[in-house]
Amino acid sequence: MEPYELTITEACEQMQEGNLSAMDLTRSCLARIAGVEKDVQAFITIDRDGALQQAEVADKKRKEGFAGRLCGIPLSLKDLLATKGLKTTCGSKILENYVPPYDATVVSKIRNEGAVILGKATMDEFAMGSTSETCAFKIPQNPWKKGYVAGGSSGGSAAGVASYECFASLGSDTGGSIRQPASLCGIVGMKPTYGRVSRYGLTAFASSLDQIGPLCRTVVDCALLMNIISGYDPMDSTSVKQVVPDYTSSLVDGLAGLRLGVPREYFTAGLDGDVEKIVRNSIEVLKERGAEVVEVTLPHTEYCVAVYYLIAPSEACSNLARYDGVHYGYRDMAAETLLEMYKGTRSKGFGSEVKRRILIGTYALSSGYYDAYYKKASQVRTLILNDFKSAFELCDVIISPVTPTPAWRMGENTDDPLSVYLSDILTLSANLAGVPGISVPGGFTQNGLPVGVQIQGRHFQEDQLLRVGFNLERGLQLGKRALDI
Amino acid sequence: MKINKKQVEHVAHLARLTLTEEELEKMTGQLDNILSYVDKLDELDTDQVVATSHVFSVCNAFREDSVKESLPPKEALMNAPQERGDMFQVPRII
Repeated sequence: MEPYELTITEACEQMQEGNLSAMDLTRSCLARIAGVEKDVQAFITIDRDGALQQAEVADKKRKEGFAGRLCGIPLSLKDLLATKGLKTTCGSKILENYVPPYDATVVSKIRNEGAVILGKATMDEFAMGSTSETCAFKIPQNPWKKGYVAGGSSGGSAAGVASYECFASLGSDTGGSIRQPASLCGIVGMKPTYGRVSRYGLTAFASSLDQIGPLCRTVVDCALLMNIISGYDPMDSTSVKQVVPDYTSSLVDGLAGLRLGVPREYFTAGLDGDVEKIVRNSIEVLKERGAEVVEVTLPHTEYCVAVYYLIAPSEACSNLARYDGVHYGYRDMAAETLLEMYKGTRSKGFGSEVKRRILIGTYALSSGYYDAYYKKASQVRTLILNDFKSAFELCDVIISPVTPTPAWRMGENTDDPLSVYLSDILTLSANLAGVPGISVPGGFTQNGLPVGVQIQGRHFQEDQLLRVGFNLERGLQLGKRALDI
Repeated sequence: MKINKKQVEHVAHLARLTLTEEELEKMTGQLDNILSYVDKLDELDTDQVVATSHVFSVCNAFREDSVKESLPPKEALMNAPQERGDMFQVPRII
């Protein structure tokens, strides 16, 4: 067994016992990257030298008795988390050469725990997309089947973790961007409650929906990372002052007393047969472990896509106004006037999905249309939030598929954005309602593609999701399978 | 048609984007498609519904107005496309 195959928990134990060093783990991951990256395409930037230096420091710290909780663990970061001195492109030409002068709060937190940052993961441009195909540089591929998408927007994070190039990754989820690629790549991915994790240093896409979270190979590793990244941060006024529990302590066998809600609206026409079978089987497994199954209803589910694709682009067009060629990033140097410079910079710097969303958002917020679009969407958002409140009176967590289908072929639907948007229907509502959600591997289709199971919970009850995920993992015992790389 | 080429061109100008003729054609069709889809929301009566902009209504997150360390000019200018002295340089405005 290669060191890169270990879980974070196992690797920490091995280092503690002196069997392995941070240098061993880092070299192992770098060798794995050298072997499979040409197929996986999980990294925009690989910081080989920086990683080796960080590993050296980690080993030294451990010897001195100051090993943090991630001491020597090689991780990747989605390329929209600011890393001091390390290029952060957001998958966009407009930031191709941008080197942040500061670290995001989550980056400081994992650095303080001794993590080794291997590099920055591929992603959809500014996190806008569901397949990572809008990335301006590289497009990740599904490690389980060549030619299939890894999902998005945190596709590089998911593909890298699934293919053992790194132990875990931090991504961001605005409408499913952690849970969906985690599901399509057969790993664990969590979107915490809005406000649980500081967004300082996360490039803003839709500020009322964005949340940072971990992508890992096991639920235990996910709990461990949640312990580290959660908490109030004065640098993010929307982060919430709530005590962070020890998430690993919720990982106990058995689900006695837990009410598992099955939302009728998530099991409708359009749901792939294999996906439905896998989710139904997972429900049975959780039942055997003591959960009580109740049917719930989220009646406004069918409106989620419409609400999301008005609110997210509206917030995005405002957030992306800052890319004007003045302070940082690409500038159209040929332009003679300021207006020409703005237009030239943005037209040449942004890709078409980003332009499309900027246009939708600008239109939805423009004079005369605001009430019909943005305000209306924000009102329906309230109805969606109320759906969750009512459902959580009857159950503790909600179980469902993550996506209606398993991963699809690369290059499909690229001319029909609406059909891709519709594939997000089962993940968007968690962001609109601000509730936490996790995707945990549930099984494989006949075609050999992984399928995740989504568990959503009440605000700030990530511990319940981890508990259910842990029991699902234990109950299913999926074991290791051969990848297609 | 929910939106025509002329409107898309105007919105593009507001967003400081220039679209090629080909882009304009394609975007108009796609935007029209998306805007027709979101009309679905009109099925719902929301007259009495309060809008949600943030799930938790955190408002007025005040802090002390104290002097703290900030980014030194040299670092702030590190990514500048064009600079002069301690300043960002832009094309002539006036």
